Amino acid sequence: MMDVSGSVIRQTPLAAGYWSLELEAGLLAKQARPGQFVHVRVPRLEQSALRRPFSISGVRGGVLEILYKTVGRGTGEMSHLLPGDAVQVIGPLGNGFPLEPRGVPVLVAGGYGVAPLSFLASRLGRKGVLLAGGRSAGDVLSTEGFERLGWQVQMATQDGSRGEKGLVTVLLDKELLRLKASGEQAELYACGPDGMLRAVGERAVAAGCRGWLSLDKHMVCGVGACLACVQKLRREDGTEWIGRVCHDGPVFEAREIVW
Amino acid sequence: MQEADLRVELGGIRMNNPVTVASGTFGYGKEYAELIDVTRLGAITVKGIRLQPWPGNPVPRHVEVPGGMVNAIGLQGPGVDGFVREYMPFLRGTGVPVIVNIWGTTEEEYAEVARRLSDVEGVAGLELNISCPNVKEGGHAFGTDPRTAASLVAAVRRATRLPLMPKLAPNVPDIKVFVRAAQEAGADALALINTLPAMVIDIETRRPVLANKVGGLSGPAIHPVAVKLVWEAAQAATVPILAMGGIMEPGQAIEFLIAGATAVAVGTANFIDPTTPLRVIGGIADYLRRHGMRSVKELTGSLISG
Ligand SMILES: Cc1cc2nc3c(=O)[nH]c(=O)nc-3n(C[C@H](O)[C@H](O)[C@H](O)COP(=O)(O)OP(=O)(O)OC[C@H]3O[C@@H](n4cnc5c(N)ncnc54)[C@H](O)[C@@H]3O)c2cc1C
Ligand SMILES: Cc1cc2nc3c(=O)[nH]c(=O)nc-3n(C[C@H](O)[C@H](O)[C@H](O)COP(=O)(O)O)c2cc1C
Ligand code: FES
Repeated sequence: MMDVSGSVIRQTPLAAGYWSLELEAGLLAKQARPGQFVHVRVPRLEQSALRRPFSISGVRGGVLEILYKTVGRGTGEMSHLLPGDAVQVIGPLGNGFPLEPRGVPVLVAGGYGVAPLSFLASRLGRKGVLLAGGRSAGDVLSTEGFERLGWQVQMATQDGSRGEKGLVTVLLDKELLRLKASGEQAELYACGPDGMLRAVGERAVAAGCRGWLSLDKHMVCGVGACLACVQKLRREDGTEWIGRVCHDGPVFEAREIVW
Repeated sequence: MQEADLRVELGGIRMNNPVTVASGTFGYGKEYAELIDVTRLGAITVKGIRLQPWPGNPVPRHVEVPGGMVNAIGLQGPGVDGFVREYMPFLRGTGVPVIVNIWGTTEEEYAEVARRLSDVEGVAGLELNISCPNVKEGGHAFGTDPRTAASLVAAVRRATRLPLMPKLAPNVPDIKVFVRAAQEAGADALALINTLPAMVIDIETRRPVLANKVGGLSGPAIHPVAVKLVWEAAQAATVPILAMGGIMEPGQAIEFLIAGATAVAVGTANFIDPTTPLRVIGGIADYLRRHGMRSVKELTGSLISG
């Protein structure tokens, strides 16, 4: 964990409202593992705004990539960043995804939840399938990157403007049936809204496979100090405890989470 | 010119410089140890501790607002024995005085927590939280009535010889009444201010944003409120004051010292820039040099009015 001044290399608009931000972050980038995140000090609001957490969506040498959606004042300010601007980031934070799948990796992304999964796909030894969902075509992002890496990609949108019409879990159900029919075990990795994560978790339990879910909780410190980002969790022996998503997560196995 | 002397004594707590961190904003020190050199702090003040482990409030526990944040963490913690076991080894290793913030729902509970911390090596003093707006039974009820506050301080006084520092509630009609009550009951120092009771409503759902409905406001927005209260408290105080509330920059800490504080605590700013406490130490040293002062003690209460 370190607090560094990153330098903007490039900021690229993706679909409407989505951006890819590349920062030179040196050692921070080199140490990062898939599923970890950075805590970004909001440019121009350094004196008043809390930091914003973002998954690391990729790393090339000392360059760190963030893929984000503008939803409020913090991400709004970030979208004005230009090459050469300085951005203060703390990271890498959190536990990250385990990298030893027991079966075919099935990645389930909801909207910008694709970000940590991109990084994951680039580091997993075994290729699998990405199931990308979103409200509409513009919310299904960076799927080409997965295809370039040799991953199979399937898409679903709620309005049917791209891929299958409906929720991404429809794709997941089909994929799990297909794997079962061919006698293969799946390993699920998911990032997206709570409703989607919960649904993916239920399928992991039903299918008897592991499901790694990356939670999106509002955060303050990002380092485990303030206790703002807590989640009720369950140990293997059934006892419950209160974990900090920033420190003990953001990735939890489906059976650990008490929704 | 010679470096100014930054050492202060806060009611028996000897600090190498007048800067600590505010309870609840720095965990138990360990969480920030990779980001800043915690051994350079004047003291480390830890998150509020009660007798038994406590789960705190449901989420959402915080919301950002212009000029700061409103929190209702609800004093989640491992209990006094858990704290000593899990966190004191690290804290002791820093060599920095540790101020333990304690709370309870009865006088006996506060006294028992104080008793259990009395002989723990490394604990330099106790900050009595009698002003947390986020827990119904505890904290605040003690801090808004001077007689209840005095009785509590006296009860804890009988339980320990550790330096005792009640943390006063900011939302009282006359802070001086509480200053006198706490001093007479045996306080060695006073801490102020805690967060200001606050509420935020989501207009789309027409529900309170915080699960606890109400919380406490902290951050730059409360700094001028805190300066005024510290200034008033200092006029009635015969013991040293630890001031906090919205320090983001060294100048805001210096204001507190001029208003009458002996030491300061950096809170919400840690979340935004964890180097703030160290920048504040540096900024105070620079200020003393520029003003030809040899000791930070010259700054305390140096306000010129009229
Ligand atoms: C571990 C983690 C990883 C994330 N990764 C990404 C990512 O890769 N790409 C991306 O676009 N977004 C990601 N998010 C969500 C991102 O943090 C929020 O969209 C962002 O904080 C919104 O800030 P804002 O000022 O624009 O919005 P505002 O609504 O103005 O923010 C107000 C406050 O609410 C908080 N907040 C609002 N929405 C969220 C949210 N969904 N999650 C957490 N805090 C929120 C903000 O941090 C801020 O404190 C991630 C969140 C977490 C916890
Ligand atoms: C997230 C958070 C948790 C806090 N927890 C405690 C606590 O456990 N005990 C306590 O006495 N004060 C607690 N406080 C209050 C701070 O110690 C401090 O008095 C207040 O935040 C004002 O300072 P600031 O504006 O610099 O943050 C907490 C504040 C915040 C923001
Ligand atoms: S955000 Fe502070 S503990 Fe997780």
